[in-house]
Amino acid sequence: MTKQQANWSPYDNNGGSCVAIAGADYCVVAADTRMSTGYNILTRDYSKLCKLADKCVMASSGFQADVKALQKHLAARHLIYQHQHNKQMSCPAMAQLLSNTLYYKRFFPYYSFNVLGGLDNEGKGCVFTYDAVGSYEKVGYSSQGSGSTLIMPFLDNQLKSPSPLLLPAQDAVTPLVEAEAVDLVKTVFASASERDIYTGDKLEIVVINADGIHREYMDLRKD
Amino acid sequence: MSKSVMEMPPKGGFSFDLCKRNEMLSKKGVNPPSFRKTGTTIVGLIFQDGVILGADTRATEGPIVCDKNCEKIHYMAPNIYCCGAGTAADTEAVTDMVSSQLQLHRYHTGRESRVVTALTLLKRHLFNYQGYVSAALVLGGVDVTGPHLHTIYPHGSTDTLPFATMGSGSLAAMAVFESKYREGLTRDEGIALVSEAICSGIFNDLGSGSNVDICVITKAGKEYLRNHLQPNPRTYTSSKGYSFPKKTEVLLTKITPLKEKVEITEGGDAMEE
Repeated sequence: MTKQQANWSPYDNNGGSCVAIAGADYCVVAADTRMSTGYNILTRDYSKLCKLADKCVMASSGFQADVKALQKHLAARHLIYQHQHNKQMSCPAMAQLLSNTLYYKRFFPYYSFNVLGGLDNEGKGCVFTYDAVGSYEKVGYSSQGSGSTLIMPFLDNQLKSPSPLLLPAQDAVTPLVEAEAVDLVKTVFASASERDIYTGDKLEIVVINADGIHREYMDLRKD
Repeated sequence: MSKSVMEMPPKGGFSFDLCKRNEMLSKKGVNPPSFRKTGTTIVGLIFQDGVILGADTRATEGPIVCDKNCEKIHYMAPNIYCCGAGTAADTEAVTDMVSSQLQLHRYHTGRESRVVTALTLLKRHLFNYQGYVSAALVLGGVDVTGPHLHTIYPHGSTDTLPFATMGSGSLAAMAVFESKYREGLTRDEGIALVSEAICSGIFNDLGSGSNVDICVITKAGKEYLRNHLQPNPRTYTSSKGYSFPKKTEVLLTKITPLKEKVEITEGGDAMEE
């Protein structure tokens, strides 16, 4: 007598890829704007980026309904923090909050693959990368989503992180200039769109630096 | 040396001996390798002077594009071409096989091949394999009896139609055909309509993409327009280019000689059965 299996899943995968790169005094966070289900495109114009705090942006791919719910939850918690502490949450603080929020639903997870990018209290770029249940790590760059297997090896090659086992602990932020990092992100997404069917349409790039947040768009393959 | 079990001659068709083992393995989480499918949009329509076939050029392995510019319009005979959707290996093999059979038949009869001949050979083969040969085809051509267009499904059923679409992008393409098709299209109108239908598949279906291939077949002959449209160029190429100086890092070098001294032994004991 075999166990009865569920023939309905509460999850769906809306595809897409996200990338974040940390620099000495800036942070680049980018994601494509395609939302799909199965072989169909739902919309070509969906933003996967969310500004959680003044200097903190999260990019999430996976199941967008869960992503939306997660963004709402974090926004509410941030508002409470502002009321209680009379200041904005820093990026490392938001990183910890995101991790706790994800682990809270350890046994019915948010199907959300996140990268968090921003500036820390000293104004240096920082990127945090997550899995679906909240395991996170501060890194110099990261990618998540359907195109991450295509993007990550290229970023590793161009921005190779020093080994975390080295002592003294070396910083993972890239020495690249802001314009070079944006160029790298554009190249990486153009390449991922060639080979990943779920990545394409438009690329949304957000750059966070001392002057604030700057957003730009680039066209990607629409097929 | 006598064998205890007599070996039976191999029966035709597929051998299902390993199915039970595969089922056991997938229960344990070991999945079989995915095969290359052509996600695909393929179409055909009959116009004033003959038949026009169209196809996209993307081949996928799951969510990854493995070939950005493959050829899905296969040659069957000088006056017959066939578009293939489904498993790429199956469509290639079955069209190559029937193409050879048609040529032998041409030598035998001394006549131009007929589309219904190709149709019957294909459907007999596919029915024989009960749908396991996953090939969905759009067959078109012009012979002495006139222009013909057929669709063939993996299980072996066929349809004869004035316009047809197959593949994952078939709904997107059929939407275009149903709105804009009419009888007696001219060559240019037909090519424009086929291009529009394939583009609809390319942009709205994730399994189809890249370029549009067209093949026009008339009584006079055939015109194979490879990459007739290329609506998907690469969107961004960095002006400064990239270099890849970082080779695999050598972390440690250690040489272990396998044998101190090589000795040559006399006598023939080494290679006994």
